[in-house]
Amino acid sequence: MMKIEAIIQPSRFDSVKDALLEIGIEGMTVTEVRGHGRQKGHTEVYRGREYTVDLLPKVKLEVVLPDHLVERAVEAILKSAKTGKIGDGKIFLSRVEQAIRIRNEERGESAL
Amino acid sequence: MKRMGVACCCVLVLVFLAAPLLAQQAPSNPTSPEVPQAVVDRLNQLEQKVTAAQLSADNAWMLVSAALVLMMTGPGLTLFYGGLVRQKNVLAIMMQSFALMALITVMWALVGYSLCFGGDGHFIGNLHMALLRGVGAAPNPDYAGTIPQSTFMIYQLMFAIITPALITGATAERMKFSGTVLFMALWFLIVYAPMAHMVWGKGGLLNAAAGGRFPTLDFAGGTVVHVTSGVSALVCALYLGKRAGYPKQPMPPHSLVLSFTGACLLWVGWFGFNAGSALASNGLASSAFVATHFGAAAAAVSWCLAEWIKNGKASALGAISGAVAGLVAITPAAGFVSPLPALAVGFIAGLFCFWMVTKFKAIFGYDDALDAFGVHGAGGTIGALMTGIFAQMVVNPIFGDGKPVGGLDGHWSQVGNQLVGILVAWVLASVGTIVILKIVDATVGLRVSEESEVDGLDITLHGEEGYNLES
Repeated sequence: MMKIEAIIQPSRFDSVKDALLEIGIEGMTVTEVRGHGRQKGHTEVYRGREYTVDLLPKVKLEVVLPDHLVERAVEAILKSAKTGKIGDGKIFLSRVEQAIRIRNEERGESAL
Repeated sequence: MKRMGVACCCVLVLVFLAAPLLAQQAPSNPTSPEVPQAVVDRLNQLEQKVTAAQLSADNAWMLVSAALVLMMTGPGLTLFYGGLVRQKNVLAIMMQSFALMALITVMWALVGYSLCFGGDGHFIGNLHMALLRGVGAAPNPDYAGTIPQSTFMIYQLMFAIITPALITGATAERMKFSGTVLFMALWFLIVYAPMAHMVWGKGGLLNAAAGGRFPTLDFAGGTVVHVTSGVSALVCALYLGKRAGYPKQPMPPHSLVLSFTGACLLWVGWFGFNAGSALASNGLASSAFVATHFGAAAAAVSWCLAEWIKNGKASALGAISGAVAGLVAITPAAGFVSPLPALAVGFIAGLFCFWMVTKFKAIFGYDDALDAFGVHGAGGTIGALMTGIFAQMVVNPIFGDGKPVGGLDGHWSQVGNQLVGILVAWVLASVGTIVILKIVDATVGLRVSEESEVDGLDITLHGEEGYNLES
């Protein structure tokens, strides 16, 4: 099992979600987050005072998948989240030891 | 007006009808011709009706104006200021203005109205009308002969509410609620009451309508409201010191949407403030209404223009700040200037206040959090000065028919009188404010603890939050 954490542009979220649904991925956890990588923030001016806003709003999407689905999911995210500009975000993959469904205590891939 | 016209015609017809009678009876009694009692009664009745018709028209407008001026404080100013602070202080700043709506009203009934408008002293009123003694439906001919004195009283109260409320813009995000309440109560007695009496009260030193020593033209409160509050705001900002983290930590407005709504309400309410200051529903009120609108619009244009040239963008906050600056500057001038000079007053005020807020404040480094001084103090001062230049007798012959009023009439010494009025307002406001700050500092205290400032005044002073969006 692998966990995919994708940090993406908020404006791309809907198409990423649709792309994942299309390949049969139904579960996901979504968080609104703020951050920045290489992308510089922007400047706001209020009555002559300049403020640099460097933490920008992003969406973090988390999905845990059986190994055979991971590559297809990553491709789907890459295709649907890309605008080609700085600030498109990142995808992190990590191995997951165990998954447990709370309702019936099912374990392993069948709990996903 | 129509009713008055009809009534006047009736009087004329009756005079014509009575004329032959007078002529016939003249020889028998040349000193006091006897008019039939019926005609005399009818004439008296008509006179009463004409007076009642005017009173009812004027009173309707003045009651609406009073409500409009209250609307400037709440919700106008509370939203305008509320949006400009950080989210954690939104209730605290709104509560300060709202508390003044209640506090000043009570003080006004007890002594305030009498201290502003009682008697005919040079500097301050007296206590003859304390507890509103004798203030009822009968007009007070010293101030407004065609509306009930209770209307005049409640209208003037709304000015006394918004004036101290303006100061909270400078002390925002760091002053105690208890300190604010005590400060404002004292400020109303020590600064506002004398200034209002000097400029508008009978016998006042600066009263232009009733032969003051230095007749200062101040139609709706450029000196009384904006210079006093603006200068006091600067003194408060200097005395209190900067907010924790200012100017390094960013403190952008938490909701310009609130500020925008508030500024638009201020603009509309200002028609009651300025046009209502004619104290009647007459031509002067219309003239002041037009000047007010033109001044606001021109200043919004000039502030935006300056910003556009300097920063490459015209901002929403700039547009509304400009409009407020224009409204401030046109306040003393509203009932004295024609439409085109009103545009000039607004345009100049927009540029001047933009410079005060963006450059002047940065050079001196004081933390006037919401620019109460930069907009009200600066705009009020330059507006009072320009009133002396642009006032014209064709608009308002305040010194008597045919007597020049301002610089455009060739009466340039009026600019000197304006300077005296401005100087009195600056001195009274700064000295009075320092004394009051010392008193409050020594008793209930002025500034919240640093911890309270970091956590936000809403939670620490009022036990509430402005936005419980997840509840």
